[in-house]
Amino acid sequence: MKITRADVEHVAKLARLELTDEEAATFTGQMDAILAYVDKLNELDTAGIVPTAHAVPMENSFREDVATPSIGIDNALANAPSRVEGFFRVPKVIE
Amino acid sequence: MKFQAVIGLEVHVQLLTNSKIFCGCSTKFGAAPNSQTCPVCLGLPGALPVLNKKVVEYAIRAGLATNHSIAPRSVFARKNYFYPDLPKGYQISQYELPICINGHLDIEVEGEAKRIGITRIHMEEDAGKLVHADIPGVGDDSCVDLNRACTPLLEVVSEPDLRSADEAVAYLKKLHQIVVYLGICDGNMEEGSFRCDANVSVMPVGSATFGTRAEIKNVNSFKFVKQAIEYEIERQIELIEEGGKVVQETRLFDPNSGTTRSMRGKEEAHDYRYFPDPDLVPLVISDDWVEDVRLSLPELPAARLQRYQAELGLPFYDAEVLTATRELADYFEACLSRYPQAKPVANWVMGEVTRGLNDSGLAITACPVTPDLLAELLKLIDTGTISNKIAKTVFEEMWQTGKAPAAIVEEKGLVQVSDTGEIERLIDEILAANQGQVEEFRGGKEKVFGFFVGQVMRASKGKANPAVVNDLLLTKLKG
Amino acid sequence: MELHELTLHELHEKLKRKEVSSVEATNALLARIEATDQKVGAFITVTADEALAAAREADKRIAAGTMDVLTGIPVALKDIFLTKGVKTTCGSKILANFVPPYDATSWERLRERGAVLVGKLNQDEFAMGSSCESSAFGSTKNPWDLACIPGGSSGGSAAAIAARQATATLGTDTGGSIRQPASHCGCVGLKPTYGRVSRYGVIAYASSLDQVGPVTRDVRDAAIMLGAVAGHDPKDSTSVDRPVPDYTKALVPEVKGLKVGLPREYHIPGLDADVKKAMDAAIATYRQLGAEFVDISLSHTDYAVATYYLIATAEASSNLARYDGVRFGHRSPEEGGLLDMYSKSRAEGFGAEVKRRIMLGTYALSSGYYDAYYLKAQKVRTLIMHDFLKAFETVDVILTPVAPTPAFRIGEKVNDPLQMYLSDIFTIPVNLAGTCAVSVPAGLSQSGLPIGLQLIGRPFGEESIIKAAYAFEQATDWHKQKAKI
Repeated sequence: MKITRADVEHVAKLARLELTDEEAATFTGQMDAILAYVDKLNELDTAGIVPTAHAVPMENSFREDVATPSIGIDNALANAPSRVEGFFRVPKVIE
Repeated sequence: MKFQAVIGLEVHVQLLTNSKIFCGCSTKFGAAPNSQTCPVCLGLPGALPVLNKKVVEYAIRAGLATNHSIAPRSVFARKNYFYPDLPKGYQISQYELPICINGHLDIEVEGEAKRIGITRIHMEEDAGKLVHADIPGVGDDSCVDLNRACTPLLEVVSEPDLRSADEAVAYLKKLHQIVVYLGICDGNMEEGSFRCDANVSVMPVGSATFGTRAEIKNVNSFKFVKQAIEYEIERQIELIEEGGKVVQETRLFDPNSGTTRSMRGKEEAHDYRYFPDPDLVPLVISDDWVEDVRLSLPELPAARLQRYQAELGLPFYDAEVLTATRELADYFEACLSRYPQAKPVANWVMGEVTRGLNDSGLAITACPVTPDLLAELLKLIDTGTISNKIAKTVFEEMWQTGKAPAAIVEEKGLVQVSDTGEIERLIDEILAANQGQVEEFRGGKEKVFGFFVGQVMRASKGKANPAVVNDLLLTKLKG
Repeated sequence: MELHELTLHELHEKLKRKEVSSVEATNALLARIEATDQKVGAFITVTADEALAAAREADKRIAAGTMDVLTGIPVALKDIFLTKGVKTTCGSKILANFVPPYDATSWERLRERGAVLVGKLNQDEFAMGSSCESSAFGSTKNPWDLACIPGGSSGGSAAAIAARQATATLGTDTGGSIRQPASHCGCVGLKPTYGRVSRYGVIAYASSLDQVGPVTRDVRDAAIMLGAVAGHDPKDSTSVDRPVPDYTKALVPEVKGLKVGLPREYHIPGLDADVKKAMDAAIATYRQLGAEFVDISLSHTDYAVATYYLIATAEASSNLARYDGVRFGHRSPEEGGLLDMYSKSRAEGFGAEVKRRIMLGTYALSSGYYDAYYLKAQKVRTLIMHDFLKAFETVDVILTPVAPTPAFRIGEKVNDPLQMYLSDIFTIPVNLAGTCAVSVPAGLSQSGLPIGLQLIGRPFGEESIIKAAYAFEQATDWHKQKAKI
């Protein structure tokens, strides 16, 4: 087994996904199969190989420090599931 | 057992740019909630970040001023976590490859110099703000304002080289002074432009291994940093002495009680899953770019302090006071360029000017007595037109009206009297009216001389040239 | 010929000569959508009113003599492109009501040239899939055989072209999502080099792999569409600042001396006999045209799918964190604290395939596994990329099938994600290598389903693959075959 039910539940918590029992069971099996498959990468010796983040070499993309107009409060909040007086509203954040 | 504290500071420096780090929205403080937002800083689907070049320049400035190496290649990474003030569900920061590495600052505490290592400086975006607004009907819910989201920050991470709250404060003040000097941060701690988290642990004196540390958040003034660290050191020592154990946790400083408290009952183990942000490209900084920035750096406070002593011959105290802020030192130097005598200028800037600023609450940059005016005033003293004492009266008038000193002197008839005839007449009158004291002087009680000088000055309404008064008085009394 | 049957360049000629108006063409396509989309299900949103308003504007522009090649052309977009004021769902329940406040750069470029948007097209949810079955809005059917999948994730983009519901469409390609549905639906689908087209305003799946490209009726249309959307965008740091050639200049049927690479690793056991036959026929056609074939090796091909699924899911797990129910998108109606709000909203809003990939990607990045999975995959990516760069030292283009089989039946692979992933073996390496490739119609299976061939070019070598594809198209008539719907 590459991955256990407990691993799946931990990952689901990190990813903020509430899983049903059935989903957790299915994902455990499927992820286990996929991870067993991707293990084939270990056949390759990659010592000294530079990782590729972008296949096309790229560097230094900038914008100048010029303030541009914002999209406006109404546009910003237009898709909000819950809003109040110009704010996005969320359940109480406990600290 | 004796304990030794070990402290490391993480300082967030908000940069003084016009626009945010990855989008064009304004960074101005105090706008209506969510009015300074766009698809990028709202984290809307499809939006992409583009790096503000100024932020890189400012990071290089900060790095050079704190003796860092500038990385020829650095990379932005995503720090993944969920929080309502974090629009994308990740913060764009730098992780494995920050822009500045291996720096240090030299501090001085109670006359002892010490070098504090700085591990790194990296660039990142700020989060928005959670407001627990008192809006009817909202109850306990939190409100999210994303104006601050995506504001550029530098995070300056010190080595655990600090051993006391005083050292921590000295380091922090020095860093604060530098970033303000560099013009990259307004230094406003109340508005959160310069924020500090402190990692504090204690260990037995002489121990080679550090104790478990607590991270204290939300310490937003020098005073609070001192209080928070001192409290935390004491708390940890007491805990250990009572047989307890320090736990690694985040603690919040409460300025009202001066204490720290655990932030969460059950600290969730963080797993930020850092990885290079594929929406951004590597940052490659050439030597030429670094040199250009180096050449554009203003003279830093330490160098200025040194120069004021060595070249201007000012005492350490004066030099330190004058270089405390870049603006004050700039003002001083502007005066000096118009009136090139360091000590009198220093005395006036540290005396009347500073007093005036304190009384009025004005900043030096808004000082109504401009360097031109102050230099003019000093020249009037030099030429004997007014006395030092009268000059102070003139200065006050200048402060109130902004008028030129010569005009005030003329207007108010404050020109110093050096006419010996006029002064002789006053002396004669005063000697005649105070025969008793004259006898005392002649009988050897020379202290009385000061009394006569005072009388003459008062009779001249302060305008008599003190040197002339001295000469004539002596002649007359001895004669 | 009926207006909906015209290619982009044919319609343009008619608009230019004022034989038809954009309003007439737009009405014709809207009528076609009305008549066929019950069966095909290519569209999530049809924007009839907006389209007609835009068509009237286009007609004014045509009358004023300021028309562009795209002016008045009815197009449709995969629902992954943000369209200001027009609902954009990305095939997901979590964005079911999302109305963007801004346009994707690629759509903005088409719009400014006068293109007319007739609607938004179905896709696999968040572009995660090869069959269009993971859409929250139902499966799209293959117009050639309604029991089959159209391919994915840009299934709607290909099906709409095959069903003649739009003159041209845009899709996105992360692991084959343009080329594979184009192949399954008998269209031309072009995935440009990474960085060639802006990703701004395109909902991200895997940022280092995603690329925008056209799905069209023929190669000329693809060249026109590519030229319209390509080019540097200051809003996308990964878009390349490099001049955009006139791709239509590459439309010359001349491949004499062209060196075509045939990767030996692409002879896989699961290759369908009809696909093999189509490949052999294509090779023969190219030989007749004077192309030279070279056996090449892309030795790390076998590792591409594993590499892809680690990189793509890791990036996706982070890209999809923003769907948290705070600023937009679905929020669970259930009461509860913040943590519940997140976990329930995301659980309700995302479908199974998206959840699976978020889970896999979160795991690959998590503490203790980063080096073994994500970093390892990035290193293997380097090896795969070098395979291609090395091959392009000796060949001009590489010829492969697009998919090992023609379109499979709806529901056939839903329960075996790994098998579904493995069917992208010929397209995935191209995304990992960041280079360009085009799918062109090259045959029909015995059951009458289209088969595409893939021409892969060197980075920014779009002209060479357009040229090779055009020569093939001119020498064959597969692109003239059409779905009977």
